[in-house]
Amino acid sequence: MSSSKEPNIEAGRLKKSELAANFVDLHPPLTPHEALVESDRCYFCYDAPCMKACPTTIDIPLFIREIQAGHPKSAAKTIFNQNILGGMCARVCPTETLCEEACVREHAEGKPVKIGLLQRFATDQAMGEKHPYTPAKASGRRVAVVGAGPAGLACAHRLALHGHDVTIFEARKKSGGLNEFGIASYKTVDDFAQKELNFILGLGGIKIEQGKALGKGLTLAKLEQDFDAVFLGLGLSGVNALGLKHEEAKGVEDAVAYIADLRQAKDLSKLKVGRSVVVIGGGMTAIDIAVQSKLLGAEDVTILYRRGQDHMKASRFEQELAQTHGVNIRPWAMPKKLLTKAGRVIGLKVEETSMKGKTLSGTGVTFEIHADVIFKAIGQHYVDVTSGALLLDQGRIKVDANKRTSQPKIWAGGDCTAGNQALTVAAVDDGRRAAESISSFLAGATHG
Amino acid sequence: MADLRSNFVGIKSPNPFWLASAPPTDKEYNVVRAFKAGWGGVVWKTLGEDGPPIVNVNGPRYGAIHGADRRLLGLNNIELITDRPLDVNLAEIKKVKREWPDRAMVVSLMVPCEEEPWKKILARVEETEADGVELNFGCPHGMSERGMGSAVGQVPEYIEMVARWCKQHTRMPVIVKLTPNITDIRMPARAALKGGADAVSLINTISSIVSVDLDNMAPMPTIDGKGSHGGYCGPAVKPIALNMVAEIARDKETRQMPISAIGGVTTWRDAAEFISMSAGTVQVCTAAMTYGFKIVDEMKSGLARWMDEKGYATIEDFRGRAVPNVTDWQYLNLNYIAKAKIDQDACIKCGRCYAACEDTSHQAISNTKNGKRHFEVIDAECVACNLCVEVCPVENCITMERIETGTDPRTGKMISSDYANWTQHPNNPMSVKAAE
Repeated sequence: MSSSKEPNIEAGRLKKSELAANFVDLHPPLTPHEALVESDRCYFCYDAPCMKACPTTIDIPLFIREIQAGHPKSAAKTIFNQNILGGMCARVCPTETLCEEACVREHAEGKPVKIGLLQRFATDQAMGEKHPYTPAKASGRRVAVVGAGPAGLACAHRLALHGHDVTIFEARKKSGGLNEFGIASYKTVDDFAQKELNFILGLGGIKIEQGKALGKGLTLAKLEQDFDAVFLGLGLSGVNALGLKHEEAKGVEDAVAYIADLRQAKDLSKLKVGRSVVVIGGGMTAIDIAVQSKLLGAEDVTILYRRGQDHMKASRFEQELAQTHGVNIRPWAMPKKLLTKAGRVIGLKVEETSMKGKTLSGTGVTFEIHADVIFKAIGQHYVDVTSGALLLDQGRIKVDANKRTSQPKIWAGGDCTAGNQALTVAAVDDGRRAAESISSFLAGATHG
Repeated sequence: MADLRSNFVGIKSPNPFWLASAPPTDKEYNVVRAFKAGWGGVVWKTLGEDGPPIVNVNGPRYGAIHGADRRLLGLNNIELITDRPLDVNLAEIKKVKREWPDRAMVVSLMVPCEEEPWKKILARVEETEADGVELNFGCPHGMSERGMGSAVGQVPEYIEMVARWCKQHTRMPVIVKLTPNITDIRMPARAALKGGADAVSLINTISSIVSVDLDNMAPMPTIDGKGSHGGYCGPAVKPIALNMVAEIARDKETRQMPISAIGGVTTWRDAAEFISMSAGTVQVCTAAMTYGFKIVDEMKSGLARWMDEKGYATIEDFRGRAVPNVTDWQYLNLNYIAKAKIDQDACIKCGRCYAACEDTSHQAISNTKNGKRHFEVIDAECVACNLCVEVCPVENCITMERIETGTDPRTGKMISSDYANWTQHPNNPMSVKAAE
């Protein structure tokens, strides 16, 4: 049994040139000619299914037609009208389960129009250009946005567009939220999250106060007092635990934190990587950490998932991405016991699982797997920082269809809210909806 | 294997695919390459009077319309007739004809509208032992400003006159090339016939401006800030050419007149369609200019395969077969009732049929069924216009199905199996009524 091996965790498993090659753009951008040819494939469907499948309801047929007609900047504006983070969404959206899955050409021939790549082509044209919007006349109203992630930024932009004075409070020293700290590196190369942030701020009327976190000096009561409305885009700060003994052992790591380090690393060759890596989980984070571990030079990477591959939250495309990178996906397996030696993890005892009727249970058959590093990627949870001021629903902030919380002056969106799909694009939609609702509220309040 | 040989007004060629009078047939080098590639014949690029050679522009001569992936759909040119000396052309024609006796060698001509120049040049061409001449009455740009080309082709009396001169002064077959830049193509064809011409060829290019350079506010192609109209050709003009060929083929006066068809022939199918409309040969230019001479391989193999499948042994077996079925609108059967039908298994639910019908036609397609996206024809509204068929991206997904018995769900009227056309219709004040 290999579990007796000494843990093997070290930096610089690959040469810098190999690392650079490994972390290039997952999907290279379309050239102008490719974009023209691809845009011509769009049928300009009536009441287009792709548009309905988009959480931000971007007018996809229209923006594709604008590309086809030689106006990619108009296309970008069509996208931004619904989704100011359309550039990042073009890179990170699981289009294969959203717009491209709904594309009639997927239905017809299994080859959807490459909507994601076309969206990227269009939005890339607008980056570095003059900001495409002008804010409305100043309303004299002030809105606080907590969290500079996708939900907060989308909300702030839309609020500023309506002429409101927006202050974003961001706990970290750098803005962007998961766009900056969470998304797999090869999906957002060339510091795109910061480029997009600057693009959004280019509208004007938005200021960001870094290092300000709710519950740490900043209170909801004070924000309510100082601002006319508040939007919370807090994200999920709690990492789900395996619930096993020795979880604090060295080598048992939180995938989200590691990815954040990876995203911020100036030199990937200095990042420590296990030789044998086990990832526990079945979502996008599990795939992201598994693939990136492999790209950093890990030799064996295994994803353990307690149900079948069809149940994984990561799309089939993402699963195949992992598999083509040499990641072993081991479904129907759950961690039973962490194996440690001198306070360091050396492996895992795993129990095979099966469905008994509608319940998942262990079969009693176990095996051991060697691991230098075990990543927990079994989800995150909301940690309340409002001192219980807001009603929760299934552990996350309860909001109505307009993203308003149980408190009349407070709205919330993104991962911290109940019912959210845990996608960048869904967070953007929440932010925009909340901003529209806040604007209506402020307008009403003016008249009153 | 089908026999593709052609005998057009006595001009024999191993296949009906000729290269039209244009840049590809301007000199020995190109023509020999074409013959090596398998073309059945050429119409040598138009020769003018002896004298100082023609001068062409030194800027761009072509403009184009492109489809997806830059597929060339329409080409526009402002090139003039040959700019090489007459003697050189004639010597080359003679040499090539000698070396390629089995290929058709027709020489295109354009000289001023006077008898003497025609007489003179015809004598020179005869010496080359070419198979025939084609009178260029079609060129719509440049030469027409000098009273030649389409300036002649637009006046039937001139056509008749020049054709007559040519028939008087040569033993070679005379083909008159017609311009489409007129109101009724039958008039110049009749004039050519009256003048004694052996055949007509059509269409020459259509006067056109393909695009405007919006930065410089000038038509394309632009030469030093200015542009001039050119002649339009390529796949985009085929429907216009097909109609004009059909008009001549079914005209009482000209119906027996041999036609060499020109206009957007790109594949065997285009050729088969023109031949079905009575063309004896087809002339090709844009397709060759786009893809090179090799395309004739596909044209020959495609036509032969199709003829084999249909049991046509020779070109003559199907030539003109579609002509009797070209009729005037007033003779179409108004008792023919059809409805569009959407094959639900083939439907990909893009909804283009719905958008087209709902926004621009007869509101005869529904878009939901049990709350789901579903497109179906409403027979009670469908007038069988075929628009949905044409906008549907899936081939054969929407078809037109004839209803032969019962009532038409749209009109509630019994469907008659009798043929009835507009000339007999009660709403027609001019209708021919049966004896009362």
